[in-house]
Amino acid sequence: MKPQRLTSSQMLRDLKEDLVRRRSESGTIITVCAGTGCLACGCESVTAAFRAALQQDLSGADVEIRTTGCHGFCERGPLVVIQPEGIFYQRVKPSDAKLIVERTIKHGDLVRKLLYRDPLTGETIIHERDIPFYSKQMRLVFGKNGFMDPTSIHDYIALGGYEALAKALFTMQPEQIIDEVKKSGLRGRGGGGFPTGRKWQSCRKAKGHPRYVICNADEGDPGAFMDRSLLEGNPHAVIEGMIIGAFAIGSNDGLVYVRNEYPLAVKNLRLAIAAAREYGLLGKNILGSGLDFNIEISRGGGAFVCGESTALMASLEGKCGEPRAKYIHTVEAGLWNKPSNLNNVETWANVPLIIDKGAEWFASIGTAGSKGTKVFALTGRVNNTGLVEVPMGISLREIICDIGGGVPRNKRLKGVQTGGPSGGILRISENGSGAPGDKTTGETEAVNLIDLPVDFDELSKVGSMMGSGGMIVLDEDSCVVDVAKYFLTFLQEESCGKCLPCREGIRLMRNILIRISEGQGRSDDIDVLEDISQCLADTSLCDLGRSAPNPILSTIRYFREEYVAHIEHHTCPAGVCKALVSHAINEKCIGCHACFKVCPSDAIVGKPKELYTIDQEKCIQCGACYQICNYDAIDRVKRGQGERVQRRARELWKPRTKAEPVAAA
Amino acid sequence: MNLKVDTVTEPEEIISDIVKGYQRRPNALIMILQDVQAHYRYLPVAALDLVAAEMGLPRAQIYGVATFYRSFSLKPKGRNHICVCTGTACHVRQADVIVDKLQRDLAINPGETTPDMEYSLETVNCLGACALGPLVTANGVYYGNMTVAKVDKMLSQLGGKGTSDDSATEQAA
Repeated sequence: MKPQRLTSSQMLRDLKEDLVRRRSESGTIITVCAGTGCLACGCESVTAAFRAALQQDLSGADVEIRTTGCHGFCERGPLVVIQPEGIFYQRVKPSDAKLIVERTIKHGDLVRKLLYRDPLTGETIIHERDIPFYSKQMRLVFGKNGFMDPTSIHDYIALGGYEALAKALFTMQPEQIIDEVKKSGLRGRGGGGFPTGRKWQSCRKAKGHPRYVICNADEGDPGAFMDRSLLEGNPHAVIEGMIIGAFAIGSNDGLVYVRNEYPLAVKNLRLAIAAAREYGLLGKNILGSGLDFNIEISRGGGAFVCGESTALMASLEGKCGEPRAKYIHTVEAGLWNKPSNLNNVETWANVPLIIDKGAEWFASIGTAGSKGTKVFALTGRVNNTGLVEVPMGISLREIICDIGGGVPRNKRLKGVQTGGPSGGILRISENGSGAPGDKTTGETEAVNLIDLPVDFDELSKVGSMMGSGGMIVLDEDSCVVDVAKYFLTFLQEESCGKCLPCREGIRLMRNILIRISEGQGRSDDIDVLEDISQCLADTSLCDLGRSAPNPILSTIRYFREEYVAHIEHHTCPAGVCKALVSHAINEKCIGCHACFKVCPSDAIVGKPKELYTIDQEKCIQCGACYQICNYDAIDRVKRGQGERVQRRARELWKPRTKAEPVAAA
Repeated sequence: MNLKVDTVTEPEEIISDIVKGYQRRPNALIMILQDVQAHYRYLPVAALDLVAAEMGLPRAQIYGVATFYRSFSLKPKGRNHICVCTGTACHVRQADVIVDKLQRDLAINPGETTPDMEYSLETVNCLGACALGPLVTANGVYYGNMTVAKVDKMLSQLGGKGTSDDSATEQAA
């Protein structure tokens, strides 16, 4: 089909009908997920193998291959879904393509070994929608991802894309749109949670021209990748949201500030903007409505602080990304000192849904203060890593245990980190009810927040935040002092250095944490950390500094006993802080020789099929043996206790074979 | 400093073309520097001077931007570019063990390049492929679920610089 310039909403409707008819006539579609997760697993060669297999076996048949954006279940990539049946194949290798074509496409049979097997029930599941990872989700923003090629504007239009835009342009006034967004209760998905409708209204009211509509795609949180997946998988949704916003606010100039580290997102966004221009959905006189609007892409330089609105705008002007004080809001004087409305990728992608289905529908999902869904990047010590979209108000238990499938290797769930470096770590465990606020006595606030409903306000109440949606699960092998130190190290690197509290305060707090992790903690360290934290929260210029203490304050609040263990007893209960642990081999060793090979300091001695031992003098605590051992035979114990463990191991050890591993992974 | 990477195009011409591609707009400075870096694989100071002259901006401003953003490097990069993801998800899956291992094997710290210009080692804050953590990329190729043994294998693939007996690890892996 040749591209055609659409000059009325009728033309858009006609095009959609035409496309829907064509889609319904087409036969089988092999969809291959081509999100970054699956790309990293080699899905490109899988696609190529399908092409070859089809050419060889079924050339001329009505089978289409569609590479789509992220399906979310990154843990099981590369993913292949056969439509229209929705048969879900996981961890597909290029060599499997021929088999799938032969059995499933030709004969309608299943390839059993590639189906998903529920690790809990052992049940084999055929369809994508029945897999627990998906069945508890509510995929609205990501709903179209699995059904469209992100580089095809036709796919987007066939699925109802740009209908919301036509509705907004031809049946609504700008004020009406703003009212609708206000009524929906949509709040900024980038972390702040500011009501989107109110922001739009302030910008519309602000004096000055031109006005700018900006999309914040500078996703700098480590462990968050929902914005990237959206731009990669469904860039038109973001574009459509921005055009609607521009119409409501009265703007003709749009900008997307995207990380240069996301090449695929930049590429797909660029293609989508070009296609939208060709179809008259961007540029002059959009759909014949009289609205002129263009979007330009600006690639960022990789600075976390540029996620902050004023820093981002400085960076858009080609300067260093340093924030400024916000006594004048950016909606009044932002980019080039003109009124500027900045929203995050996910926020923009929600807009077409609200306009299309109405504010009441949107507001019916979620909790009193947080409406709609939120996309989380569920990562860390969890079985099902991936992107999950859930209604606001769902409990942490449902996200981590049901959708995420719990913690691997039967380890104990310990905590969850939300909100990235500005957020906090919450104490959770699978057992026990522990309603929010449920407190037992003791120094630590020994609550179990597993049943906490997840929304903006509940997360702030317990000392963390929603942030952009990173959710990192920690198990018993994770040390909270170490994780707090990790975030402070990150923040120290990323602090722009403009204001003193942030520049010096973070450095001071990090130095204290380093000391604590090396067993040099002092009894007043916790108080000093709390003092500096207060100072940062009160006096920093921007939110990077103001929220920097959160990782420390939340860990002190929920895991004080771990700080005490480090400071007073010089132990790291999780066995992570190198200066406080000794590595030792226990009686579970089968003599497989794996640790011997990886030891960089020749500290491991022994013969194959016999008990190995770590020479405590030579060991540098690098952790290589712990990582490589499949038999749970390496213990990380208090410094100096290694020899005791190994003495005991020598008494208890019996020869074993690989056939009967103690805890084979 | 010699800026010539090929014999046909003069450095002045390369920089001028890049700057003109953005109509000399001062707000495109970051993207211009990205393109210059893509060309030379780092930002040579001489190239920064040319950008300043071409854009009519003070050198201090160019230098300020080039040193503010994390993705710019004023130091040359090695033939093999190894990046260890140290995002939070990789961190709790013990990415530091992998960083330590590479530091020991290559005898350089993150951010440095081996004297023979073969390897550069870097850490990045998140590559967004958290399901594969701990994750390493070498020249853009992803190596997921890394272990110390897999590092040996990766290094031997890249050019036989692994430490311990590579053949043995190859068999084991």
